[in-house]
Amino acid sequence: MNPTDTSKEYGEYVKKKAPNSPILKDCFNAFWVGGLICSIGQLIFFYCKFKGLDQTASSTVVSICLILISVILTSLNIFNRIGKFAGAGSLIPITGFANSIVSPSIEYKSEGYVMGVGAKMFTVAGPVLVYGISASVIIGIIACLFI
Amino acid sequence: MLNCFIVGGVLCVIGQILIDKTKLTPARILVLYVTVGTILGGIGIYQKLIDFAGCGATVPLTGFGANLAKGALEAVKEQGLLGAFIGGVKASAGGIAAAVFFGYLASLIAKPKIKKQ
Repeated sequence: MNPTDTSKEYGEYVKKKAPNSPILKDCFNAFWVGGLICSIGQLIFFYCKFKGLDQTASSTVVSICLILISVILTSLNIFNRIGKFAGAGSLIPITGFANSIVSPSIEYKSEGYVMGVGAKMFTVAGPVLVYGISASVIIGIIACLFI
Repeated sequence: MLNCFIVGGVLCVIGQILIDKTKLTPARILVLYVTVGTILGGIGIYQKLIDFAGCGATVPLTGFGANLAKGALEAVKEQGLLGAFIGGVKASAGGIAAAVFFGYLASLIAKPKIKKQ
């Protein structure tokens, strides 16, 4: 049998067998859950402003509050249910970032507190920080050179 | 408030389409979002979105990236080249520290769930 044929056949086989994810429904769920999370953030933001914090401090408070909520929901095993339902709706907001830190840190507890919790915590968050921080340093250097 | 809801929702829908239509893993999508956010923040486009949508733009991970870029740019103005290394992390330190600390705390308290089939 020709190997390219088999891989092509296999691809078609996988396509047939893989569950047809209803993209419209997924997108709708992602839309309203994502929008809702951002709106909760906006409410916290208004409250901070009302309390007299400035723009930057308010944004930080919003991030910390949403992270805390996400951590609690992850610990109670509720967040992964929301995640299954909403997909990117809970992944893209900062809640997803927090979840990606907490979830493995709880999961790998049995491997010890240093190499289990301490190291596995950053399996997803690590790359995010690496690329985010590197990009920001590059932008800073460019700004320094040209502006 | 409505702007916030719509922009936040649309950013999530873009992520959902990437999940469904490409074979990108969630980790790669998060990395993509942060990098794009940092670049857009560096150019100054993202700030316009923040002015328009508030938390609808800052809460998604692109906002985290834009915040990194904003911090770096502001620090460069004050401290020059040193600012490029200090500013980004400084601006988003609150979120990073909170996530790490609460994450560690949760691992002390919560029990790992038993994987069901």
